[in-house]
Amino acid sequence: MARPPIHWRSDRRPTITGRDPTLAGRGTSREATAFPRRLWRALERHPPPGALAIGRRWRSPLRGPWLTSVFGLVLLIGLPLVIITGLLDYAAYGPQFGQALPRNVGWLRLPPFEWPTRPAWLFRVSQGLHVILGIVLIPVVLAKLWSVIPKLFAWPPARSAAQLLERLSLLLLVGGILFQIATGLLNTQYAYLFGFDFYTAHYFGAWVFTAAFVTHVALKLPRMISALRSRPFRTEFRRGAAVTGPEPPDPDGLVAPRPGPATVSRRGALTLVGGLSLLLGGLTVGQTMDGPLRRTALLMPRGRQPGTGPNGFPVNRSAAAAGVTEERTGPGWRLTLTAAGRTVTLDRQQLLALPQHTATLPIACVEGWSTSQTWTGVRLRDLAALAGAGQPASALVRSLERTGLFNQAQLQSNQILDRDSLLALKVNGTDLALDHGYPARIIVPALPGVHCTKWVATIDFRDTAGG
Amino acid sequence: MAESPGRLSTGYGAGPLHLVVTVGGLAVAGWVALRLAGEPNAGRILVWFVGAAIAHDLVLFPLYAGTDAGLRRLLRATTATPAPGRVRILNHIRVPALAAGLTFLVYLPGILGLGKVTYQAATGQHRRQLLGDWLVLVAVLFAASGLAYAVRAARRTRRRT
Repeated sequence: MARPPIHWRSDRRPTITGRDPTLAGRGTSREATAFPRRLWRALERHPPPGALAIGRRWRSPLRGPWLTSVFGLVLLIGLPLVIITGLLDYAAYGPQFGQALPRNVGWLRLPPFEWPTRPAWLFRVSQGLHVILGIVLIPVVLAKLWSVIPKLFAWPPARSAAQLLERLSLLLLVGGILFQIATGLLNTQYAYLFGFDFYTAHYFGAWVFTAAFVTHVALKLPRMISALRSRPFRTEFRRGAAVTGPEPPDPDGLVAPRPGPATVSRRGALTLVGGLSLLLGGLTVGQTMDGPLRRTALLMPRGRQPGTGPNGFPVNRSAAAAGVTEERTGPGWRLTLTAAGRTVTLDRQQLLALPQHTATLPIACVEGWSTSQTWTGVRLRDLAALAGAGQPASALVRSLERTGLFNQAQLQSNQILDRDSLLALKVNGTDLALDHGYPARIIVPALPGVHCTKWVATIDFRDTAGG
Repeated sequence: MAESPGRLSTGYGAGPLHLVVTVGGLAVAGWVALRLAGEPNAGRILVWFVGAAIAHDLVLFPLYAGTDAGLRRLLRATTATPAPGRVRILNHIRVPALAAGLTFLVYLPGILGLGKVTYQAATGQHRRQLLGDWLVLVAVLFAASGLAYAVRAARRTRRRT
């Protein structure tokens, strides 16, 4: 190593006179010169009891712009992926049919486009990524918050209107990410403790967070870049705890004024956060896998294989919960196809007598879990032709299930006409189990699981895409 | 951003871009607030949103920081380097403890068996409380960390002799 050992006990204090040119325009000037000056000065001079004492109690020598920026960089790369996959999830539900939840989102959505059927793993990967990455980033979010927490207790909270607005947007940023994490985690684990509609809250919470995130990045990006450049990553990673000292005092007030000794190096702290992320990832990723690896999602609901045999894969909404009984799915069951005034009725034997097609397709759910199975049944495009609808613009599929948010789903033209889009009668060579949608269920490539309607009763092929 | 602070910059405390960016972000939040105002349980959403920030800043952070400070005092780990020839146990406790706390928070509904009815409706299975599984995980983490400590301590002793 060419570098001399770093002597970190620095007595240097930044000389901040007036507006630091590097901070111009970022609302971080230390002097209360903004309007109304008297108010900001008065605020500064009258701290509540204990406020200044807290400021002197920060001890960790690790806190500083560099460490905060490393966490910031990881989140800057990771969170946009979570945001985009979340918005894609919404688009996958067919908002043009009014069946993406929440319904009235105004202009807060991606531009409309037809959700593709290819690649067939599209929804499995995008939604799996949304949930897994969201969980994996939790330790980074918490570490980032730990690294900036002195600012929360700093007095005065603001020295100008600019700082006040920035504080407010930080509340939206922090409240937003924690709200998204909490509601997301509770939804993936089926514990709706919050008592409000998950879709509405998680969707609009995401927009509040995203707006605050964009604001934060716009204001802090230059600061992050300069902080990351202040100490080369490689050098920092060679430094053990014994030679880990504080960063030079910073105008943001992240560096402790009276730091204690380091009990862990920055390398150690980053490794710890990365390790915790890997641990959470390792305990979650199993919910997207089939076979024995599913069990590795030890603490997630979908870490359990519900049974063995051809129907032994996870169920989403049981027949009992849907109110679908065996008498309604027995020999009396009929499938009704309608198109432009024509009606065709088929029983299960007649469906089995039609040309059968087999495809291995994933079922993926909004909670991020998925499974891949081999389905056999009648192509939806063959059923459309049978009903006299050659090139339907859409199809409304209704289930035997009478109530429930997903007892019907509208399919796009490409979702009807795909070569692997099926009204499945069998899975893995045997009849579907009742919980998997017997006597017949929809299976369409890249379509969210809840729109692969189970216990299908009617399919109405339409010439228009309208709902 | 303004090269020379104009009247806006001096009065507002930052450049015009700062104003545009912050007000833009807050406007989106304002639009969402108006959109949600009519929702049933809008108050609850607000409580959870603000509550999440408060719970982190004023409950979770003081809790883990306080626990850590207590642990350091208990182990008398207040200096940068441990006594010569000794391996400090502090981080061998901190790491598995942090992992235990984090997994508990993240997988809380499963560990405590919350939401039994929705779980059963969704999966068709009875919700099994996973507290035992989690405790095994925690035990494994502490055991692995303890083993790493033992190996490090043994190496250090061998190096000294």
